[in-house]
Amino acid sequence: MTDVMDRPALRVVGERPIRPDGVDKVTGRAQFGADFNLPGMLVGKIKRSPHAHAKIVSIDTRKAKALAGVKAVVTAADFPDLASEEVEAGEAAGNLRDLSMNCMARDKALYEGHAVAAVAATSAAVADEALALIEVVYEVLPHVIDVEAAMAPDAPVLHEGLFTKGVEPKPTAPSNIAAVNKLGRGDLAEGFAQADVIVEARYTTKAVHQGYIEPHACIAQYGQDGQCLVWCSSQGQFMVRTYCAKILDLEAADIRVIPSEIGGGFGGKTTVYLEPLAIALSRQSGFPVKMVMTRDEVFRATGPTSGAVVEVKLGAKRDGTITAADVVLKYQAGAFPGSPVGAGSMTALACYDIANAAITGYDVVTNSPKVAAYRAPGAPISAFGMESAVDELARKLGMDPIAIREKNGVVSGVKAVYGPTLRDIAYKDTLEAIKSHPHYSIPLGPNQGRGLAAGFWFNIGGESTAAVRINDDGSAVVATGNPDIGGSRASMAMMAAEVLGLPIDQVRPVVADTASIGFSMLTGGSRVTFATGMAVVEAAKKVVEDLKQRAAQMWEVPADKVAWENGAAVCLDPEKPAAKPLSIAAIAARAGRTGGPITAEVGLNAQGAGPGFAVHLCDVEIDPETGHVTVLRYTAAQDVGKAIHPSYVEGQIQGGVAQGVGWALNEEYIFDAEGRMENPGFLDYRVPVASDLPMIDAILVETAPNPRHPFGAKGVGEVPIVPPLAAVANAVRDALGLRLTDLPLSPPRIRAALDARAK
Amino acid sequence: MPQLEYSSPSTADDAVRALAAAGGSAKVLAGGTDLLVQLRSGRIRPSVIVDLKRIAGAVGIREEAGAFVIGAATPGAVLGEHAALSKAWPGVVEAANLIGSTQVQGRATLAGNLCNASPAADSVPAMIAAGATCVVVGPKGRREIPVEQVPKGPGETSLAPDEFLLEIRLPPRPPRSADAYLRLIPRTEMDIAVVGAGVSLTLDAEGVITAARVALGAVAPTVILVPEAGAALVGSRLGDQALEKLDAAAKAAARPISDKRGTVDYRTNIAGVLARRAATIAYQRAESRA
Repeated sequence: MTDVMDRPALRVVGERPIRPDGVDKVTGRAQFGADFNLPGMLVGKIKRSPHAHAKIVSIDTRKAKALAGVKAVVTAADFPDLASEEVEAGEAAGNLRDLSMNCMARDKALYEGHAVAAVAATSAAVADEALALIEVVYEVLPHVIDVEAAMAPDAPVLHEGLFTKGVEPKPTAPSNIAAVNKLGRGDLAEGFAQADVIVEARYTTKAVHQGYIEPHACIAQYGQDGQCLVWCSSQGQFMVRTYCAKILDLEAADIRVIPSEIGGGFGGKTTVYLEPLAIALSRQSGFPVKMVMTRDEVFRATGPTSGAVVEVKLGAKRDGTITAADVVLKYQAGAFPGSPVGAGSMTALACYDIANAAITGYDVVTNSPKVAAYRAPGAPISAFGMESAVDELARKLGMDPIAIREKNGVVSGVKAVYGPTLRDIAYKDTLEAIKSHPHYSIPLGPNQGRGLAAGFWFNIGGESTAAVRINDDGSAVVATGNPDIGGSRASMAMMAAEVLGLPIDQVRPVVADTASIGFSMLTGGSRVTFATGMAVVEAAKKVVEDLKQRAAQMWEVPADKVAWENGAAVCLDPEKPAAKPLSIAAIAARAGRTGGPITAEVGLNAQGAGPGFAVHLCDVEIDPETGHVTVLRYTAAQDVGKAIHPSYVEGQIQGGVAQGVGWALNEEYIFDAEGRMENPGFLDYRVPVASDLPMIDAILVETAPNPRHPFGAKGVGEVPIVPPLAAVANAVRDALGLRLTDLPLSPPRIRAALDARAK
Repeated sequence: MPQLEYSSPSTADDAVRALAAAGGSAKVLAGGTDLLVQLRSGRIRPSVIVDLKRIAGAVGIREEAGAFVIGAATPGAVLGEHAALSKAWPGVVEAANLIGSTQVQGRATLAGNLCNASPAADSVPAMIAAGATCVVVGPKGRREIPVEQVPKGPGETSLAPDEFLLEIRLPPRPPRSADAYLRLIPRTEMDIAVVGAGVSLTLDAEGVITAARVALGAVAPTVILVPEAGAALVGSRLGDQALEKLDAAAKAAARPISDKRGTVDYRTNIAGVLARRAATIAYQRAESRA
């Protein structure tokens, strides 16, 4: 794989061409999940539990079924009662039985908004009327949402069959603590004994939603022959196919999933909610069924990420060497096990080389929507605690926040606390990039503060397929199986163009359906540009080899006498001095006579994704009377390996920062005393608007290209959301002279803290 | 199956008839930026929608002997582009222009904001501080009432089911007068007031405040006029003492609730903060008028 990297110069990779999907998106022509319609289509709607925790005593659907215009009504009784089975799907791994019961409650409603029945009717109005006619008798149970309250021995138990994993001896009583996991090395007591200075604090975060603009939407059409078509917005058409097949006990071959354009996912579309219900309703009614969530449903019934408690204790010597770290993480999982506490644990200390460390993670079920992946799942939460604690440690030691991170930061060859030895990383260069940026030395005014934080994300590889096809005019198509949530079509086309030697505007990328391309794991884990990109490059190289063969045929020379230069075959045979270079167009024009269509499809399981490191610097100004925080400046440096399309890498960084700032300042799920969400809309669930943010300066650190990728790419989409929570909180600490440990840092909370200090 | 009728009368009398015929199940449409959202969410299920926009004078601004008459269906963007109105009543215009977003400004109206009767309505404290009145039309003809008499509680007005608000009147302005509106939102735009404060002042030639009205939003079931807060300013040049008295009067008048948007303590404190800041802006504006 070194041949491409050894090229003296890149023509396309590293440039900033206009994205191939851009015009469609800015003109409104792009087809999102709710934009598809079919003749005879019914409207599907869901009856949801008004209770946070309730036994479902009975469901009577007779009146709804009798209503004119109602064509299908389904409940859990229409879905197979599955056995508990773990499904492997990368970041979207989960338990099949839980997944099925999350789509449709069986016996118990576990959160407000949990689906208990669904209808398909000839209009939305009829569907609404039908929902009102479904009679559900509940026995309301005590509920628990707060993570520590759920861990208490006397807490209401969500699942009678749930026994804590990871503790010895095996528990005999059910618990909301689904699992306890432990990581670490060295001797903690010894580490703290060596310390001259110790800091210890408890940090909390609230559940937050990804806030993608496009609600979940799909159409399912179940045919008389059992063949099923699904159009939907998701992060993985193959994920949707697998989950629907398992939940409905269908053959994968009978389901074809056609991906729509996706209006944001951020991890939240790595699972299914509507699709199995739409298929079941279509099967029962014989008509296509369209389902589109309202924003209210998105908030109440789809996965946010965990609210959490993070306890951090650090010990250090006077010179700044961190001798011990003890981290405890308690994460809400929502209604079923599977919070991202594992990733939170592994990333918590990944920026630091600490000899004595222990991390304990608790995965805790609660009466709130089952959490879904959210951009670097779990990592921003543990980083909020750790990076806040490091900031406090630096203050206690009188050290610069970059100096303490340089002193303890990981370098290539260091074994991370979570296990593997880190290779080809540029964490220290990323620190240096911030240190040498003008932002780091701009003087601050009154009520202003500056905060710094670092972050780590693994990035993953995994299974991907790509096809490269040469058209008869010499242009090319690149097909992959990964929905484009972050500009990946541009990077796929660019990598193919680079290998083929074509101009970028002659390479059209497409996202293919499940019947039109080989299996690909979903878009997530910052894997697509790395893993699917490798498949694209391999396929393009195969096409180049084929093109050289065709040229050899046309020239009637041996294949080894043909070279590929600047998008054309060049004849190296001294006996053919008159042979002029053959362009792709010239070879394609003769493809019929040289072996037929020129095409290659490559499936692979990419290994060796390089981890990403980020260092963020944030300035804030606080209005001491109102508690309002203004973000004045934000600079984010990131170890990106090699940016394929720098604008979209910068965009990923800016987007991650924007979401992280929202998490830090105002976003939170608010529940009333009955466990019902009080702010299921963008008015009171406050994601930042454009005017809340300064221009976010993104610095791409390209000093450690990933040697396992043909162009050196590392995943870039997730690590940008890891540092902002702590970067903002550390800036607020600097401005106030007061540490606030509970997110969000909303105006009422800041004013209350200032009032408390004044007393 | 529920039916929804749409009516767009061209006279005020026809509008009254349409409302009366619906027997309380009608809703009045001006800009629709609240109404359509409530319809879609299922919060309201009217049988008739009576659109005011075809009634003469319902859209537009006219000056009558120094007063401004603003038609009930006049969008915020039109207010913002009206130079004379913006000069005379900068606080009312800035309050109206804070509602929603640029797109919403193309439709949202003062009358709609008032009749939606949210305690957090942005334009209402500014209108009350301004001493604005409104013309209400019903089967018995027209009556003019102060703006503060319209809201009765959250989502509830004093208008009868067969009445509607035709226009809003801002009184003639003495020289050296100005107003201002401020709100606290956790974001910077596209948000709802946690607290709002409108202040209108008139100064004499020496800069002494001769008249002052202060109104607060989101600290009570309706927007409230706070006479004690206005009285705290009259006779002063808005020195520190006057501001302190204003702050105390605003806090004393506030009787907010704790909810997802803010606590009782926070809202009470912010009522004082915003009253002071809005008064300071209004004073500077008035002073700058020769």
